[in-house]
Amino acid sequence: MTATSETSSPDLVIDATGGGPRRRRHLMSVLDLGREGIEEVLRLTDSFVEVGERAIPKVPALRGKTVVSLFFEDSTRTRLSFETAAKRLSADTMSFSVSTSSVKKGESLRDTVETIEAMGVDAFVVRHSGAGVPWQIAGWTHGPSVINAGDGWHEHPTQALLDCYTIREQRAHRLGLAPGPRSLGGLRIAIVGDIRHSRVARSDVLAFTALGASVTLVAPPTLLPPSLAGWQVDVSHDIEDVLPAVDVVYLLRLQRERMQDALLPSLREYTATYGLTVRRAALLRPDALVMHPGPVNRGVEVAAEVADGPASVITRQVANGVAVRMAVLYLLLGSGVDLAGS
Amino acid sequence: MDPDDVRRAIWRMAHEIIEHNHGVERVVLIGLQTGGVDIARRLGEAIASVAGQGVPVGTLDVAFYRDDIGLRPVLPEAATEIPMDLTGVHVVLVDDVLFTGRTVRAALNALSDFGRATSIQLAVMIDRGHRELPIRPDYVGKNLPTRRDEMVDVSEEGVVLGDVVPR
Repeated sequence: MTATSETSSPDLVIDATGGGPRRRRHLMSVLDLGREGIEEVLRLTDSFVEVGERAIPKVPALRGKTVVSLFFEDSTRTRLSFETAAKRLSADTMSFSVSTSSVKKGESLRDTVETIEAMGVDAFVVRHSGAGVPWQIAGWTHGPSVINAGDGWHEHPTQALLDCYTIREQRAHRLGLAPGPRSLGGLRIAIVGDIRHSRVARSDVLAFTALGASVTLVAPPTLLPPSLAGWQVDVSHDIEDVLPAVDVVYLLRLQRERMQDALLPSLREYTATYGLTVRRAALLRPDALVMHPGPVNRGVEVAAEVADGPASVITRQVANGVAVRMAVLYLLLGSGVDLAGS
Repeated sequence: MDPDDVRRAIWRMAHEIIEHNHGVERVVLIGLQTGGVDIARRLGEAIASVAGQGVPVGTLDVAFYRDDIGLRPVLPEAATEIPMDLTGVHVVLVDDVLFTGRTVRAALNALSDFGRATSIQLAVMIDRGHRELPIRPDYVGKNLPTRRDEMVDVSEEGVVLGDVVPR
């Protein structure tokens, strides 16, 4: 299944209430949001973090809506995070997994999507190994919103949103500031690891730079994208040179299958040159944050002691993921507000 | 109402709240975002000076409980801060203007997610009529007859009956 990322789709529609505001139906890419849209999501996330702290952490906002998770790739946290978010908004959830579906009998993606749409659903949360598949699904369907939960090496926008939220929250928390300006302006963020195959890196670079942070990519040349044209980033091959200067070090999962593609000589060599070992972590500023989208290969890209250490905010990322996805689902399905903020 | 009228109404309502609850033990004020927050704070100050004992004051935004989600843009305007379990307390919900009653309905649903209050009472600065639900206030600053399309503005400068809402 391959697709172009330029399939034209009805991103903007007139709200069903006729005179209502124009609103965005889909979340495909961080680019859909822009700075204003990202800040709108982060602002709304504050409200849902508060909901999560209540005795009954559930609100009736999306009663009667149905959210389908359509995952063609394995996932633990993203799928459970979206389903938890939908349930806490009182939406009904349906779950689709390839291994127990008619896809095994040869049903095409398009037939699968149209069958599910015919049951009457309000949103598809889509993960697929092909870049651009969420755009295709949006083109085939008419009613439902489509949310990209990871398409190939392309994008994973809700991960970038929860990363922005976590940085903002944890910076304020650790520096004793009031939860303040939404922007990440002036922060220096290093993204370390397999940038080339990482949809998280792509979405994070777009989101971090949109909010005013400066980003340095740290990776061996074989794990960088063939072209960085249009990326507003610096590149380094020396992690020890970068660490003392950054506010956030964001580690990517090293996908073990890359070894077979001969992009790396060995895991041990990667850890020796690019891993965040205990010794290297000591180079970080005392208020620096260590982040990772999970799942973590302990002892490969990050030492277990560092992943569990005081600088690590990895579990905060997971916790905030639910609130961020509640904000996205509410904006698309409930609020009647244009995500792009215009 | 000018600012002095508003201040006198707040003092009277503070006395009524203390009388009705036989003191202020286990009384909590919750101001509805955004108009009720300042009135709840001022009621709290008045109660503290009359009763010689402060009461907790929280805030509530009811956006996610509204019944017009999907009919118009609905976003939370400000923070909800209820720093305690409401089980076993007397909650006084505070708003500036009581109109259709739909915001209060949403607030009643929201409060039930914070615990089972012993009672929930309603204090408003202005009751302008036109109720669409069976809801009535326990404490009223002033009953102000209005037309449906008029605006009522409550601020530091008092209460103003404003321009007709363009429709």
